[in-house]
Amino acid sequence: MNPRLLKIKRMEPKIETEPIIELRDVWKIYKMGDVEVPALRGLTMKVYPYEFVAIMGSSGSGKSTAMNMVGCLDVPTRGEIYLDGEDISKLDESDLAQIRGRKIGFIFQTFNLMPGLTAIENVMLPMTFQDIPRYQREKRAKKLLEEVGLGERMYHKPTELSGGEQQRVAIARSLANNPEVILADEPTGNLDSKMGKEIMEMLSKLHSGNGKTIVMVTHDESLSRYADRIIHLRDGKTI
Amino acid sequence: MIADYLKLAIDGIMHRKLRSWLTMVGIFIGIIAVVALISLGQGLQKVIDEQFEMVGGDRIIVTPGGGTFGAIGGSFVSAKLHKSDLDVIEKVRGVDSAVGVIIATGNVKADDKRIVVSIFGAPTDPKYQKLLRQIDFFAVDEGRYLKEGDKYKAQVGVRTRDFFDTDIGVGDKIKLEGIMFDVVGKNKKTGNPFHDSKITIPIETAQELFNKSDEYSSIMIKVEKGSDIDEVAENIKEKLRRHRGVKEDEEDFTVETAENVVGVFKDVFSLVTGFLAGIAAISLFVGGIGIMTTMYTSILERTHQIGIMKAVGARNSDIQLMFLIESGMLGLVGGIIGVILGLLLSKFAEYLVVNYGGIDIFRVYASPELIIGALLFSFLVGCFSGYLPARRASKMHPVEALRHG
Repeated sequence: MNPRLLKIKRMEPKIETEPIIELRDVWKIYKMGDVEVPALRGLTMKVYPYEFVAIMGSSGSGKSTAMNMVGCLDVPTRGEIYLDGEDISKLDESDLAQIRGRKIGFIFQTFNLMPGLTAIENVMLPMTFQDIPRYQREKRAKKLLEEVGLGERMYHKPTELSGGEQQRVAIARSLANNPEVILADEPTGNLDSKMGKEIMEMLSKLHSGNGKTIVMVTHDESLSRYADRIIHLRDGKTI
Repeated sequence: MIADYLKLAIDGIMHRKLRSWLTMVGIFIGIIAVVALISLGQGLQKVIDEQFEMVGGDRIIVTPGGGTFGAIGGSFVSAKLHKSDLDVIEKVRGVDSAVGVIIATGNVKADDKRIVVSIFGAPTDPKYQKLLRQIDFFAVDEGRYLKEGDKYKAQVGVRTRDFFDTDIGVGDKIKLEGIMFDVVGKNKKTGNPFHDSKITIPIETAQELFNKSDEYSSIMIKVEKGSDIDEVAENIKEKLRRHRGVKEDEEDFTVETAENVVGVFKDVFSLVTGFLAGIAAISLFVGGIGIMTTMYTSILERTHQIGIMKAVGARNSDIQLMFLIESGMLGLVGGIIGVILGLLLSKFAEYLVVNYGGIDIFRVYASPELIIGALLFSFLVGCFSGYLPARRASKMHPVEALRHG
């Protein structure tokens, strides 16, 4: 790991704490017919609580695969992934689903809202899968939507919302189960610069104000200034 | 949770209205057939049972000719039943009483209208009247029974008025085969169109009118209490064979118990029902395949959404349950529509039977078990058909699903 590329802004006490996410020599090999294509080749990285980490790299660098690993969306071919000290690399799909539902909030480039559901229903969805009673879900979803400034647009469907508004619904949804980690995959990729800035400021506030750990995947150098630390990937490993 | 999945399922169905409707057609055609058939069948069963009770379980009918439907075939065969046959029958062990009657068709004239109606020639002898009056279709509601000494007197059925402009009542006169008859009694309504439109006259008069002296169209027998009706029927058969000099299986007469007659109808009906139930089953099977196809398509279309739900924490079992509810709903809604249309169809059939078939007592009967059963069954067809697609959906990999679409 090249120390010059790590922009360490972490405060000292936090270094002492255990990492919230740790990847140890993670390999992910996809099979395309008879050919094996490695997307990750022994990736090792740590994310500490309350950090804002940006994972950067060009297309094909393995950053999306890394993001899937960190987000418990996928399991590695080899290696170990620890989330909160628990090895999740051997868990089955349903257990992974429960863990990511509880501990990780996702923000995607394409928003990924359920088209048939209203804003509030989209925000309630992650809580549904955690068996939270309806009145609690509704109360929390309303509060979150108000916080992202969509108090007036709660009962609109995604198609009736602008890109920026959709991404704000996604942010509210990512906070639904009050996860420790927010994973943002190119969160401004589909937005104009003004809206992109708004969204980034919102993420920044979540980090500094709400103490969330944020892992952002991006290829946009200009976004790196929001992060405490940048992890550069190339050919499936850190550089 | 189920309520939330139900909402998602309904959303899914409503988003694909046309496809959902077309899918449900497959189910409700089958359910229509099942509901209509069974409610008609149960209704018919009731009519048959009531008719059976009306004729009486202790009755045997002997008709000339060898066919199964003796009463119908009887008029076309040369073999005849005579007083001597009646005498033989009366002496058979287990026979309580027996009566010979004439059944024929005759021209009736009243108020210048000429029509053909069924004539029932009944003995007026008190000995025979005693038996006849126990039979429902002979019972008089208004006026009096034919009695000894009557010659040109008649009892009319309630439906005879259908053939005339005016109601035929007690005290009216009708012209039968050119001879005037006084109407002395009106028969009780039976609901059976044959019995309700027949005209009953003294047998001697009928034999004279139709040149059938010493001849019966059928002999009705009442079995003694405690005797086995089938055994008595066999005895009658044997005695008549000997009397008429015919061999077994070559009889020129038919001995039928009420149960025989009902049994034939039941056999035919269960055959028809079985056949149609087979068609209904095939239709439901095809409907189930339709649901399966729709669900596979729907899951393919919603792969991305499945990915989203998995990303935000949906377990495999959540996804599976969600799609099972959706396919079950397709089945259930199809079932509800099918039950409603099936009931309407059977009511329409009832209307036709009552108004054009004249069987007034016919009522379709849809038991609560039938309705609940049909709904449950359609829901289950939906669930079973959705099982494999739902399983596929639940096993989708979240990353691949998210990448899709």
